[in-house]
Amino acid sequence: MPVPSPSRTGPAGGTRRRRRGPRTWIAALPLLVFTGLCFGLPVAALLYGAVTGADPATGSTRLTGEHLRRSLQGPYLGSLIGSVQLSALTAVIGSVAGVLIAQAIVTSRRTWLRSATLTASGVLANFGGVPLAFAFIATAGISGVVTRLADLDSLGWNLYSFTGLAVVYLYFLTPLMVLVIIPALDGLRPQWREAAQNSGATGRQFWRLVGLPVLAPSLLGGFVLLFGSAFAAHATAAALVGGSVPLVTLKIADALSGNVLVGQENVALALSLDMIVIAGLVMAVYLPLQRRSARWLR
Amino acid sequence: MFRPSRLGATALLGAAALTTLTACGAAPDGAAAGAAVKANASTSAAGFGGMKALVAAAEKEGKLNVIALPADWANYGELIKAFEAKYKIKVGSENPDASSADEIAAVKARRGQKRAPDVLDLGIAFARSGAAENLFAPYKVEAFDKIPAGQKDPEARWYNDYGGYVSIGCDAKRIKNCPQTFADLLKPEYKGKVALNGNPTKSGSAFGGVYAAGLANKGSFADIQPGIDFFAKLKKSGNFIPVESTPATVEKGETPISIDWDYLNAGYADQFRGKGVDWKVSVPSDGVYAQYYSQAINKQAPHPAAARLWMEFLYSAEGQNLWLKGYARPVLLPAMTADGSADKGSVAKLPKVEGTPSFPSSAELDKAKAALAENWDKALS
Repeated sequence: MPVPSPSRTGPAGGTRRRRRGPRTWIAALPLLVFTGLCFGLPVAALLYGAVTGADPATGSTRLTGEHLRRSLQGPYLGSLIGSVQLSALTAVIGSVAGVLIAQAIVTSRRTWLRSATLTASGVLANFGGVPLAFAFIATAGISGVVTRLADLDSLGWNLYSFTGLAVVYLYFLTPLMVLVIIPALDGLRPQWREAAQNSGATGRQFWRLVGLPVLAPSLLGGFVLLFGSAFAAHATAAALVGGSVPLVTLKIADALSGNVLVGQENVALALSLDMIVIAGLVMAVYLPLQRRSARWLR
Repeated sequence: MFRPSRLGATALLGAAALTTLTACGAAPDGAAAGAAVKANASTSAAGFGGMKALVAAAEKEGKLNVIALPADWANYGELIKAFEAKYKIKVGSENPDASSADEIAAVKARRGQKRAPDVLDLGIAFARSGAAENLFAPYKVEAFDKIPAGQKDPEARWYNDYGGYVSIGCDAKRIKNCPQTFADLLKPEYKGKVALNGNPTKSGSAFGGVYAAGLANKGSFADIQPGIDFFAKLKKSGNFIPVESTPATVEKGETPISIDWDYLNAGYADQFRGKGVDWKVSVPSDGVYAQYYSQAINKQAPHPAAARLWMEFLYSAEGQNLWLKGYARPVLLPAMTADGSADKGSVAKLPKVEGTPSFPSSAELDKAKAALAENWDKALS
């Protein structure tokens, strides 16, 4: 391909701007290098570690499916299932609650309510890890303030269980859903609703035939995001439930950095690989749908 | 910072993976060798030409890298200060809350670097596997022969340093009758009160707690299942809470009964006496289990002489008594009780134990751990 003359490509050369050029990819090079180094390399190392191991006889490295096999059975499989269950449940509840709150704000006429909720959501969506766990221990733990005031014990409340963990996760997942769904709800133009009403549609029909189909990809996207957040969460769960709710992130931490089990590093890498596969499967559902929604919501 | 996001997890995994990578690729750089060759090959103080020469060589290096030594654990804070005061050596303490696996990873990842840890305080399984991987330098401290045979590697690549018994700590201000045995813990009055120091598949002291509970329930060193069943029963009755007991949860009353090493529980008693916590410690008579940690020198220690001097210091009467002051039972305690060099005041303050401890063999430990890893989740969920 002939190299264009400088006068045509330079910004001062004319009003016509070239949208694509043979060398524009160079501008993206730093990003590509960064991605390759910071994401590609670890993934490659992870893959390598998951499928290789030291030969017990000779000590040399050999290819083996042993780690992947072990990561998919017994307590490791249990932890994967536990993580998927917890993430799916909290993502569903968080999505529904988040959408309802967001819709209430979008239709409300009070602008201060909207800005207050958005600010609070921004803060709460980022409130996680050990601080969140400790906040819950102090309020709803066994000797927590709320537990004693409201006598939650007699109602069967137990923070250190699957249910307790789900409630704690919803504390940051619901605001996250509010944040990501509000732009989509804003994108539902009032004119569409008016048009539907003028044509004699009921509110229900509007949502079933117009609202939800347009929103569906965004809803699903929000769900995927929430699922991912819950799936990868570690610190909160570690501080709250230790080993009593089987979660894959906790299992990886046990295997990588513990005082008890020796030589489990490769199984941890295999578990990480399983996590990537699960996250990939969930994303695979979402991506094609997101492309569809881009047409409507700008 | 702690936001649980997918990005964070990827970064974490990435960091872990990178560590593995560097571990494979790093080669020892020649600069650290040279003058240090002799120190790195010395297997006793005599190799330097006596203690004086060892001190001189160590002070010339002037620095010691330690890892995974919490200041409030077995009096390590005071040990480090005493060592710095006695010799002209600066102790760099890295990641006090690290685990044994982290220590081994640091040794492998920083092979030949100046920042590598010089000495390691390891769980016994990691001491054995590290020696098998040829990571440690053999070195006999002057008191080496006094260490009981069952508590040292014959080639002196590691030997036990201090240990303690599984004990039951109890906040007497919150609990009317403090439990004395594992059997007591099942009583309905302790509903929602009993905690372990972490997850037994990860934390050494929690593992000790399950092991001891097994011994209390007709288990053996080779059979930990009765211990797992015991905690399943405890969980079912609602007595067990999975919160990891820490100084913070003890002080707050969140873990009013905590199964932990006796030296940690006894330390809490001191620490919180003035804060409205009356922390009582008892070693359960039905499940007596003692476990020791081990000390080892990094084979490629950047400060080989200082590392050896640190070992001599730890196994001197002064070092052993400082551990004792932190309620840990130093490995030389029997010998020191016999020759009268043990600090009697500290000995008198140790929680009472009947009988002498016995230790599981390597094979028995492996078997117990495999059973625990396999069955703990099932029992507790």
